[in-house]
Amino acid sequence: MEAALECLLFVSGEPVTLAELARALDRDEIAVEAALRSLQIGLTERGSGLQLLRIAGGWQLATRPEHAEVVGRLLTRGSSKLSRAAMETLAIIAYRQPITAPEIEAVRGVSVGGVLKTLLERRLIQEAGRKATIGRPMLYTTTPDFLHYFGITDLSQLPALEMDAPAPAPVPAELIADGRAPANGAD
Amino acid sequence: MSIAPPHVLDFPARAVVGTAAEPGDRPGFVSGSRSPLATAALLPHFKTPAFEGPLDLLLHLIRANEVDIYDIPIVEITGQYLAYMEQMEALDLAVAGEYVVMAATLIEIKSRMLLPQAPPPPGEEEAEDPRAELVARLLEYQQYQGVVETMRGWEELRRLIYFRGALENVDDYMLPVPEGEATAQQLYQALHRLLVEAGVDEKPVTAVVPRRRLSLRMKMAEIARKIAASAPDGLAFESLFTLPYLRYEIVLTFLALLELLRLGRCRAEQKTLHDTIWLIPILEEARNGHHER
Repeated sequence: MEAALECLLFVSGEPVTLAELARALDRDEIAVEAALRSLQIGLTERGSGLQLLRIAGGWQLATRPEHAEVVGRLLTRGSSKLSRAAMETLAIIAYRQPITAPEIEAVRGVSVGGVLKTLLERRLIQEAGRKATIGRPMLYTTTPDFLHYFGITDLSQLPALEMDAPAPAPVPAELIADGRAPANGAD
Repeated sequence: MSIAPPHVLDFPARAVVGTAAEPGDRPGFVSGSRSPLATAALLPHFKTPAFEGPLDLLLHLIRANEVDIYDIPIVEITGQYLAYMEQMEALDLAVAGEYVVMAATLIEIKSRMLLPQAPPPPGEEEAEDPRAELVARLLEYQQYQGVVETMRGWEELRRLIYFRGALENVDDYMLPVPEGEATAQQLYQALHRLLVEAGVDEKPVTAVVPRRRLSLRMKMAEIARKIAASAPDGLAFESLFTLPYLRYEIVLTFLALLELLRLGRCRAEQKTLHDTIWLIPILEEARNGHHER
């Protein structure tokens, strides 16, 4: 089954959920998940340039970070890094979603119209209806692309907000996934 | 394997170092800005006023002065804040409205702090600290700034890995296209693909369209020839028009025909309504003699 699994992951241009894999393989999810873990370890052991990641709610093959330079020479990366303004706005949306532009502005103390447009264009956020208040302002939420952009599986991986000095950043366990026990031990 | 993202730094350090090569990032203070409050009169020098708004600036001043956010020395901080605004103006930078609003807030807090406080009436709680609301806003904003550090680290790591592009072996276009999905370039490529399939292979899409040299006179001559050749039966009106119908062809043919009718070179007959219109030539000699066929 591992080989078939590898095929599915190879042809998929986006993260595939466990359910999708199970349906394609006609196996139950528990067996598929075991095979995924096994494939993950196998890739590491055979020294593959690829790794299997849990990302944005699914599973996806990716290159290993140590080959970034080589790949980068072949492919030009299309998108630039996010600006500080975009990052701050994105952080606020991630924690407070669904949230309106005025609510974001209240936190940041500056207008966010242009930043929201950029984030929408990059599909890191999406419109999610309107708030039932005066003016019916648009509500924004983060997208699966947001999770993918930061290499996390779901929103629960965002660090807890603290009122005082922020804690140092934990690395998302799955980004360093190589089949061994994840760094935070929670699996 | 190193686990900590390379640039998770404590805040004062971040102020100096910043994250590298990020256009939106603030270049930060020149070092030496971490003056204790005793020398706060020596203002921090700003390389560039690249702050993300008044709250960002205030947090910077608080950190630079190493003061307690819960007990902001409002006189000093307001002074530095206003000095910063003056620098912005001196550099001919438009001071955004948000900065002005915050300046007004700071001055208001300052004046309220300077006023002697009346002792609270018995049984009531002590009056609220005039800074409380500002502090709450700063704290809320600060926690998101902390998250940004984390996210920046993730972004950094994530950019080291690559994924397959979206499926190459599906060439259907899904409709409707999500908003913002198709760029002008993609639309151009889609058009190009259609043209290739239509057999316009490899030809550049931009081509010089030659202007057809067709005059009314030429058209009249052409039609007159056709009608004359049809004698004595006449020519069906529709047969003047050939596929593919081109608007200017239709118009030109019609105009030419009208002109021929006016000149008496032919006549048009229709037996019944909606029947075929027959164009019948009027021969030269007949025309002279006003003779009907």
